[in-house]
Amino acid sequence: MHQLWTWVFEPGLFSSQPVRVAAIIGGAVALVSAVTGVFTVMRGQSFGGHALGDVSAAGGSGALLAGLDPLAGFVGLGIVGAGVMDMIGVQRVRSRDLATGIVLGAAIGLSALFLYLEAISGATTGAPAQILFGSIFTVSPSAIPSVVALGAIALAGIAIVWRPLLLATVSTDIAAARGVRVRLTGLVFMLALAVSVGLSSLAVGAILSTALLIGPAATALRLTKAVGQAVAAACLIGVGATWLGILLAYDSYYWGSSHQGLPVSFFIVAVIFAGYLLSGLAAALSAARRRQPAATPPATAQARDKVAA
Amino acid sequence: MTLMTSQAARAATAEVLDVEGVSVSLEGRQILTDVSFTIGAGQFTGLIGPNGAGKTTLLRVILGLQRPSSGTVAVLGQPRSRRNSSIGYVPQKVLLDSDLPMRAKDLVALGIDGNRLGIPLPSKRRSEAVREMLHAVDADRFADARVGNLSGGEQQRVLIAHALISRPKLLLLDEPLANLDLRSGQEVISLLARIAAEQHVAVLLSAHEMNPLLPVMDRVVYLAGGRAASGTTEQVIQPEVLSKLYGHHVDVLHVHGRVLVVAGAAPVPDAGRTAGHVAEVG
Repeated sequence: MHQLWTWVFEPGLFSSQPVRVAAIIGGAVALVSAVTGVFTVMRGQSFGGHALGDVSAAGGSGALLAGLDPLAGFVGLGIVGAGVMDMIGVQRVRSRDLATGIVLGAAIGLSALFLYLEAISGATTGAPAQILFGSIFTVSPSAIPSVVALGAIALAGIAIVWRPLLLATVSTDIAAARGVRVRLTGLVFMLALAVSVGLSSLAVGAILSTALLIGPAATALRLTKAVGQAVAAACLIGVGATWLGILLAYDSYYWGSSHQGLPVSFFIVAVIFAGYLLSGLAAALSAARRRQPAATPPATAQARDKVAA
Repeated sequence: MTLMTSQAARAATAEVLDVEGVSVSLEGRQILTDVSFTIGAGQFTGLIGPNGAGKTTLLRVILGLQRPSSGTVAVLGQPRSRRNSSIGYVPQKVLLDSDLPMRAKDLVALGIDGNRLGIPLPSKRRSEAVREMLHAVDADRFADARVGNLSGGEQQRVLIAHALISRPKLLLLDEPLANLDLRSGQEVISLLARIAAEQHVAVLLSAHEMNPLLPVMDRVVYLAGGRAASGTTEQVIQPEVLSKLYGHHVDVLHVHGRVLVVAGAAPVPDAGRTAGHVAEVG
């Protein structure tokens, strides 16, 4: 029993400061990402969410170059990006992809420039990997208060526009006729999304933030019937996958003889992806089970009609 | 006190909807020209006209989603304001994706307070009101099903329940029969007629095909070329009235209790053509 315990939780896991910080920040970030993710998937704004990740990358690398806190860059430029995307038409489905693509392209170009300048200045090593793919074990404990505060702001924003946002997701016409300010509601959501993506850029990297945003939400939406349930399930999946990823990354240090730990972000994303595949299997199975008994009565009714005819 | 009484009296006698001289032009194109009509309490009115006649634009003006270039809209004697819960609305295209995690009862509940801020707390009164409303539109069976998985007719019922649960005095429906098969369409129509009578809600329903509505319509607003004629079907569906609207001669044919509006011979001197062509099979 003890052996199994130490095999799963390798020695030093619970006393490790980086692991504790990673668990707190990763958990908080996963929670915020899961809630915003459900609305992102429902509103069909996954591409926008991904583009905001790229904007965050530009912000983070710019902040690093200027010697600022990367988190400020991630979130700050993400908010600006969300505002720009809203201005050039993210609220209209037709022009949404266009606006998103343009902002995304500009952001990646900026990241390329900032990361190049950072590399030739030689101040830090591994900046591209840190910005794009994250390194949660290196995050300083001093980041915890700002992560929690920013996460709380994003969640509060979504809680405030919860009902109008749902109504506008069903139909912007109905929402507008009911007096909902559709545009403002959408903007509040975009800003919350930008903060959420900025936070997950810190945890799993700007590029992988999409995985943490979309994965748990998409999995939860397959398994549940109501928005509240979906949000709760997405939170469980997101936080669970993040913690499991941290655990596996920590353990990976003890795998083999090289004693080289593998990146946390890889494990988190791998767990999310595996969960998504499993949920597809579960959804297909339950659909098949529902179809089977239901298929019999109509068939006999049809046969009866044929006989009667 | 006297003011209150006179206001109340005015509200009691006022028409549910009073559209007065409404014109709309969009991007230089004249969509509606001087449209006027009224709808009384509990009346079932068909807004009939060919595609592109301006039906959706007119509904959007009534809802306050489109500003008219001239004219006024009054609801229950009050000028149309943007926040108005006295109108229920079922738009033409509501794409309910099967991925949308929303049960029929959740969508109906959004009709109560979907415009308010914050997360709704579970309440017995809310769910009871939703249950009653779903029962009223004969949708209890699929209360717990995802809206995206329902058939077109079933979704239409849920959307009607969503629009009615805030107890509006006027229900607007934009082409609710457009994507329904004949039988589902008939069911929706008889449901609406029953609700208009039972709950004393005035119904204004747009359609390009009037025949399914003939048995239930109290009044008709006929739109063609951006102009409108209104009254009872007997008053409006007349060759003279409709010819004036269309701007060319049309005939109104009665075939086995169905009405067909048929364009007459084109006014161009074309000796070879004597027979008209069907402008609208109705």
